[in-house]
Amino acid sequence: MSAESIETSLSSDSGRRPGSRRTGRYHILSVLVENKAGVLARVAGLFSRRGFNIASLAVAPTDDDERFSRITIVVDVESAPLEQVVRQLDKLINVVSISELAPSEAIERELLLATVSVGPEERSQVIQLIGVFGGEVVGVGSDQLSVTLSGRPEKIDDFEDLLKGYEVVGLQRTGRVALEKLGYRPARSLRALEGESR
Amino acid sequence: MQLTGAQALIKSLEQERVEVVFGLPGGAILPVYDPIIDSSIRHVLVRHEQGAGHMAEGYAIVTGRPGVAMVTSGPGATNIVTPLSNAFMDSTPLVVVSGQVATRSIGTDAFQECDITGVTIGITKHNWLVKDPADIPRTVAAAFHVATTGRPGPVLIDLPKDVANATMEWYWPESVEDLDLPGYNPVMGADPSLIEKAVELIDSAKRPVIYAGGGILKARACEALLALAERTQIPVVTTLMARGAFPDSHPLCLGMPGMHGNYTAVTAMQRSDLLIALGSRFDDRVTGKIDAFAPEARVVHVDIDAAELGKVRKPDVGVVGDCRVVIEEMLSCIDANAPKRSGAPVDLGPWWDELHGYQKRFPLYYDRDTTGPIKPEMVVESLRDLSPRDTVVVSGVGQHQMWASQYWTFDHPYTWVNSGGAGTMGFAVPAAVGAKVGRPDRTVWAIDGDGCFQMTAQELVTATAEGIPIKVAILNNAYLGMVRQWQEMFYEERYSEVYLSPDLPDYVKWAEAMGCVGLRAETQDEVIPVIEKANSIDDRPVVVDFRTDAFEKVYPMVPAGVSNDAIVVHPDQEGATR
Ligand SMILES: Cc1ncc(C[n+]2csc(CCOP(=O)(O)OP(=O)(O)O)c2C)c(N)n1
Ligand SMILES: [Mg+2]
Repeated sequence: MSAESIETSLSSDSGRRPGSRRTGRYHILSVLVENKAGVLARVAGLFSRRGFNIASLAVAPTDDDERFSRITIVVDVESAPLEQVVRQLDKLINVVSISELAPSEAIERELLLATVSVGPEERSQVIQLIGVFGGEVVGVGSDQLSVTLSGRPEKIDDFEDLLKGYEVVGLQRTGRVALEKLGYRPARSLRALEGESR
Repeated sequence: MQLTGAQALIKSLEQERVEVVFGLPGGAILPVYDPIIDSSIRHVLVRHEQGAGHMAEGYAIVTGRPGVAMVTSGPGATNIVTPLSNAFMDSTPLVVVSGQVATRSIGTDAFQECDITGVTIGITKHNWLVKDPADIPRTVAAAFHVATTGRPGPVLIDLPKDVANATMEWYWPESVEDLDLPGYNPVMGADPSLIEKAVELIDSAKRPVIYAGGGILKARACEALLALAERTQIPVVTTLMARGAFPDSHPLCLGMPGMHGNYTAVTAMQRSDLLIALGSRFDDRVTGKIDAFAPEARVVHVDIDAAELGKVRKPDVGVVGDCRVVIEEMLSCIDANAPKRSGAPVDLGPWWDELHGYQKRFPLYYDRDTTGPIKPEMVVESLRDLSPRDTVVVSGVGQHQMWASQYWTFDHPYTWVNSGGAGTMGFAVPAAVGAKVGRPDRTVWAIDGDGCFQMTAQELVTATAEGIPIKVAILNNAYLGMVRQWQEMFYEERYSEVYLSPDLPDYVKWAEAMGCVGLRAETQDEVIPVIEKANSIDDRPVVVDFRTDAFEKVYPMVPAGVSNDAIVVHPDQEGATR
């Protein structure tokens, strides 16, 4: 991988809110790992040991081969250059391959669950809001509502912003999972690190 | 053939052609100790598991073969954590086998249970908890493969007692493909276009320096390095981890750079316009304040570990590959380019004139006054002059380590064994034992501090019991000298908890109690006779207590976090123009 390819991807991601997951600070790594005990501890341990920050992390077995799992990590590149993160990750023996998913080349999804305290008036507002976003009401109490929404992380961000106008009792997001868009497969693999020059 | 897991483990070690295991048994590893009786493998019974780990390191450093240690669960395993960390920092190939409580007890806080794979995740290249006896041969083969290939390092195999007792059908994996390591493919050779770019920079540099690190030794690249230096006439600095990788007596050698490096090596790097980093990693002890390090230098960085490129200093040309292979490729590229090159090659004469000037004005220096107490530097010089040229020198950590590195003349690779990255006090005695096991034909001198010696001296009992005749020179300054030096220089001479004692313990009696010959030198004129005496003994370990000047400081010195330009020289040299 050349230094250039990393630089391009650093700047390709234009952000709207500073500090939000959409700015260029955050990059998505899709890491294929062996499905063995302790692998998550190795990956998480590496990040804390090296002082790399994770914005979110999601793990699940891959459907095609039970020997492997896929970890989707949103990395904060302000704590360390992406190339350092990738190269250190790549040294873990259980890490099989790493690809960086540039936002323009990836399908990303995230899920949100929230419970909101609502008076009679707000109840219908929230129901309307979740309807507009295409989410669902999953629980109704006398003065509370639980809703769920899945979709692109930006959409979840927007919904979360609007929800802040109400009294949120609990809110949980899963962190994003991502795959290459059709036609972009295979994603740029960061495995073949032949060196670099500038 | 049916074997128990324990038998399979020992047989697997035999398959890996292991000659010696350093260890100490206990409950959880008991099953594995039984087949050792019938094995061709030599077992060295240590007195503390830390000793086993450092012995395995000493063995590995001098032989280039992985060192093997075996310990029981819980405290046995935690006692070897320091050597694992030490080997991880210095990229030494080590295979540690630890016993573990039975699989059904794991997670129950059983007697002597410790999650040692969890503890050592960050200080091993990889580790394995074996839960099925059928996995043993494959795991052992994988462990040796991972420890010794790519950037070498320590690995650990944790073996629960019930797995060691269960039976399995013996097999031996035929090839790397059978090892179940889909995520591990170390590279060797490099991209030719990068070699070409590196050579272009080398060809046009006016003040180049080869910055040789421990990777040269790991890659067995000493001959290639010599050829490259002689072909290009570029000066070579050898880091603390690379002492001996390029002969100190060679006219192109500038010696050791870094915090206690010599003036010329430090300044050559600062002034250079091209650093050719070969298997070195821009450690803070070499660079000083990183923003002020070698400000005008472009960087060619060759390392087998891609993560080292750009970790500290962004290279202009970064080459991932084995140092020996890459240097050889560079040499062929230089030869191929030479006829095509337009104009005369860059004249390095002015650069060498500058460097020779530094060498003349700022040689390594200490006060050679013959009337005062024994100078530690003089002890090292005398040891050097009175011992065979290929003596293996092992050191602890502190002032004595720096003097050993500075004043010994390393003309042979694999003759310097020390704890570089971790700086582990107590390394010397056990590492010397391991080195002597690996190189019984060589004289092995440990140059140790009085503080360090007290941390692991018990391994001299092992040395005596096993007939491993090492020699230990204690540079006894009655202080934790290196810390004392910092308190003198940076804490207004407020000495806090650094005084030991010249004669508590009595090192001669202690040595004798451990079955060694104990000797002492208290005045300068006793130094040479006592070394001659020590060198004449070869049937037992020897310990020499050299009572050295407590107030001697290591010079030059670049204070921590300061630019290398601010190098502090010996007070007697301060008048010289820089
Ligand atoms: C295990 C360990 N503890 C503490 C230190 C910090 N330390 C570095 S050098 C040193 C003094 C070593 O004393 P000694 O062995 O007498 O060597 P000297 O510096 O006097 O030559 C100490 C305490 C260390 N490096 N390792
Ligand atoms: Mg001392």
